[in-house]
Amino acid sequence: MFGKKKNDAAAAAQGASAQGTPTGSTAADAPQGGGGPVAGPTTTAMGIVKRHDNLGGQPVLSFTDVDVKFDTEFGQVHAVKGVTFDVKPGEVVALVGESGSGKSVTSSTAMGLLPGNADITGSVKLAGEEVLSMSPAKLRSVRGKDIAMVFQEPMTALNPVLTVGDQLTESIQLHGLAYGTEADKMAVELLTMVGIPDAHNRLKQYPHQFSGGQRQRIVIAMAISCSPKAIIADEPTTALDVTVQAEILELLRSLKNKMNTGILLITHNMGVVADMADRVCVMLHGELVESGPVHQVMQHPQHPYTQRLLSAVPRLGTSFEVAEPETVTATQTKAKYAIEAEGLCLEYDHRGKKNRVVHDVSFSVAPGEIMGLVGESGSGKSTIARSVLGLLPVASGSLKIYGQELASMPVKEQRALRKRIGVVFQDPAASLDPRFPIGDVITEPMVVHGVGDRKARLERAYELLDAVKLPRSVVNRYPHELSGGQRQRISIARALTLDPDVLIADEPTSALDVSVQAAVLDMFADLQSRYEFACLFVSHDLAVVDMLAHKVLVLKDGREVEKGLTDDVLHNPQAEYTQRLLAAAPVPDPDEQAERRQARRELLASFGEHAY
Amino acid sequence: MTQNNTTAPTEAQKAFDLAEAEDAKLRQKTGKSFSQGQLVRKRFFKHRAAMISTVVLIVITVFAFTSIGFGPIPGWWDKSYLAAGNVINGGKPTLSVVPEFLGGEGLRWGEHPFGQDSSGKDWFALVMRGTQQSLIIAVIVGLVSTAIGALVGALSGYFRGWVDSLLMRLTDLIIVIPLLVLAAVLGKMSNNLPGGIIPLAIVLGLVSWTSLARLVRGEVLSLREKEFVSAAVAMGAKPGRVIFKHLLPNTIGVIVVNATFAIAGAVLLETSLSFLGFGVQPPESSLGLLISQYQNAFTTRPWLFWWPGMLILAIALSVNFLGDGLRDAFDPRQGGGARKKKGFLGFSGRKKALDEATASTTPAAAATASGGAVATDVKPTATTTAGEGPNDAPASAEGPIARVDKNTDRGHPGTPRGQ
Repeated sequence: MFGKKKNDAAAAAQGASAQGTPTGSTAADAPQGGGGPVAGPTTTAMGIVKRHDNLGGQPVLSFTDVDVKFDTEFGQVHAVKGVTFDVKPGEVVALVGESGSGKSVTSSTAMGLLPGNADITGSVKLAGEEVLSMSPAKLRSVRGKDIAMVFQEPMTALNPVLTVGDQLTESIQLHGLAYGTEADKMAVELLTMVGIPDAHNRLKQYPHQFSGGQRQRIVIAMAISCSPKAIIADEPTTALDVTVQAEILELLRSLKNKMNTGILLITHNMGVVADMADRVCVMLHGELVESGPVHQVMQHPQHPYTQRLLSAVPRLGTSFEVAEPETVTATQTKAKYAIEAEGLCLEYDHRGKKNRVVHDVSFSVAPGEIMGLVGESGSGKSTIARSVLGLLPVASGSLKIYGQELASMPVKEQRALRKRIGVVFQDPAASLDPRFPIGDVITEPMVVHGVGDRKARLERAYELLDAVKLPRSVVNRYPHELSGGQRQRISIARALTLDPDVLIADEPTSALDVSVQAAVLDMFADLQSRYEFACLFVSHDLAVVDMLAHKVLVLKDGREVEKGLTDDVLHNPQAEYTQRLLAAAPVPDPDEQAERRQARRELLASFGEHAY
Repeated sequence: MTQNNTTAPTEAQKAFDLAEAEDAKLRQKTGKSFSQGQLVRKRFFKHRAAMISTVVLIVITVFAFTSIGFGPIPGWWDKSYLAAGNVINGGKPTLSVVPEFLGGEGLRWGEHPFGQDSSGKDWFALVMRGTQQSLIIAVIVGLVSTAIGALVGALSGYFRGWVDSLLMRLTDLIIVIPLLVLAAVLGKMSNNLPGGIIPLAIVLGLVSWTSLARLVRGEVLSLREKEFVSAAVAMGAKPGRVIFKHLLPNTIGVIVVNATFAIAGAVLLETSLSFLGFGVQPPESSLGLLISQYQNAFTTRPWLFWWPGMLILAIALSVNFLGDGLRDAFDPRQGGGARKKKGFLGFSGRKKALDEATASTTPAAAATASGGAVATDVKPTATTTAGEGPNDAPASAEGPIARVDKNTDRGHPGTPRGQ
């Protein structure tokens, strides 16, 4: 251990000088390295973080035969079944897999963070030291100092009642690096390093005063505060918007190159993998099914699961077959738009104060047409969906469903109108009442509107279960027995119970794993061409919208940015914001992604901005 | 790639499409589905303290109602709690449970098992009557306060706005008045009403719903933001349906648990009211009244205190344990079966891992584990390891725990299958 310390010190001394020379495999990715096109404005400071040496090619983090079992109420769960891989200094290893594949559990063993009912065997070594047999005191001294973690949810990873400065200095002081004003100085430097301007004053602010992306930067600053040898990034960008995600990835990349830390990147997003990783480990059901350099795994996947996973990733430019919309023209008097909004404004009532979140949005959806509502979080896309559902009153402007004005309609008629509108929500865990058997869930709209008798309802439930390709026996099961994708299909079945003319899909697949998402989208397109409903499809994923929608409306901060046919908007964007969105979305091919990354830097440079 | 630790090729051929795999699993699944309620029941039956409490409560209830009878129905005990008689042997209890060979008088029920009070009334009959009263109060208060509390909470949580303000200010109003004072005044007034103890019980129910209302409101406030509620509203369901079909059934855990605690509280409230002289009036009997009447006799005739006192304790404790069991059953994270398997304070899991890690390695590893630091000069003289390739590398980086199957090519250590 003492020897190691000396090494670190030596490395730190070299650090400043070694900064300019990118190391080994990372040379191609290094934006700072040979003076990339866009140098980071603020992260040139090297002051307080140390550069680690290469450990003579030895891994900084090494997992050997890691096997984890959990004792639960329902018996033993074998979460990780003998996983072996290494992370070398300055290397990004991506641990990829869908939910439940054991990737987070594997990484947690490296920090000794698993709960007491976990039964761990094998060996996890951090810079040569066995983590599994460390005493709690030793573990505490290692956490944060030698190995740090970047969490998924920046909203909850920071303590809302402590200032950002307090939280940043916490681990600095805990590990005895500095105290008092000196620690504050370090915190300022750290914040500057991660690209937060005016760091000195912002130190006294609380987490809620920062945006989501900035909060994630702070979490990263906390992680690097003690110059860890290895960083575990557990889905670091999953909760972020795509443009912010691109910035955070750029930041992580530059910090890694600067500090020569090993990063274990846990993610389910293949685009992020292609963007960041040097090597990839694919996990399935707790087993490592494939691993290798990123080019080999992403471009020539060997294992059928990896092949499936990659082919399931939605890409721009592909599309499903969906029903052709009826054309609505001014000369026709009979045909009416399914949904028609004119100068729509929407407000949330926050303790008597009106907070307008949607400003002057106009669009129209013809019967049988799918319109994609695209935007980042806070753009008001879900709010518009809620107002069409009648969950939010129209503040001003007009919103018509089949020619009927929604705002001026009596409550009773509105309720009757609900028969014609179906809805699919985002969260499969929350969109079905946990106390209703599936049969009751699907037939609930019929019960609410008094349609059919018991037998007819059950018949309809069977019919819809067939349509969403689930076995009929499911009617007696409860939501908790179904997986997320299956629950989402039940949601779709429920939305179709009364043969609606309009379907509102509020991010129906964004909570699903990529292969499940592919199956659900496939089914969705199939059902749409069969039942020919008009659809308002809300999504943040441009590729998904590209696959399904006839028309697209791009929103930003409650205002429309661009609208038109999908092909025009997504393949030949006019608005600057749309171009940004498209440039930020990563693709699951390392070479293509490297080009896109370069293109994005150039695009941003043309707007006079930096990449992060 | 000589790894022998993970997937065999045959296993690798299983389903890779998660969606398909899940569907196949669902199709195969033929076992019975358990609703949330059934799962809760299963967990509840496994809760030992709660099951013992249930049995105790049932025994007490059966005893109280069959012994002296209820209303016009006579019981198997021949003495009335109203009839005075001659005080025999200073009113000492005749019940004996100590066997003869231990110097006792053998198992004996006797004339007055719990003894007699100073006017010669049978104490057993009086205590049984008191227990009846307490149980009646428990049930009625449980029903009334739960119904009001759940309804008030659900309405204010669902509608929010002025409905919420109105109902919650009403709740606050009742909370700020001390419960005992409120109950004493209302209880005194209800004494004149017919129906014995029932008006008092209803009054107690009317003042003890506040905490449940607040809890249910909080729960409903978070539930109403869930998407299944939005979905129900969006499909045109009326508020009544949303509240009674979707919201209240999902708060059942909170409601049931709090009902049991309210019951225990009500039994004690009645006891203290009667003790203070505001609740049940003689010649009627109640456990609290019995204690208060003879509190001065505690030193000379302790049985007059112990029997009603023990029964109050037994009822209140059982109901509380029942509540505990229900809470654990509704919320398994609060300390259900999973946690029991672990050792003391959950340390054994780590210890086990530590043991196994040590067992599979060299003795030097044990030193590492306890010492917590690898000195640079400790070369891994791995006695049991064979393939020493990587271990010749810098000793500080490579710990002494070297595995047999570690190979020399450290570039792609994770590939599981020989492809």
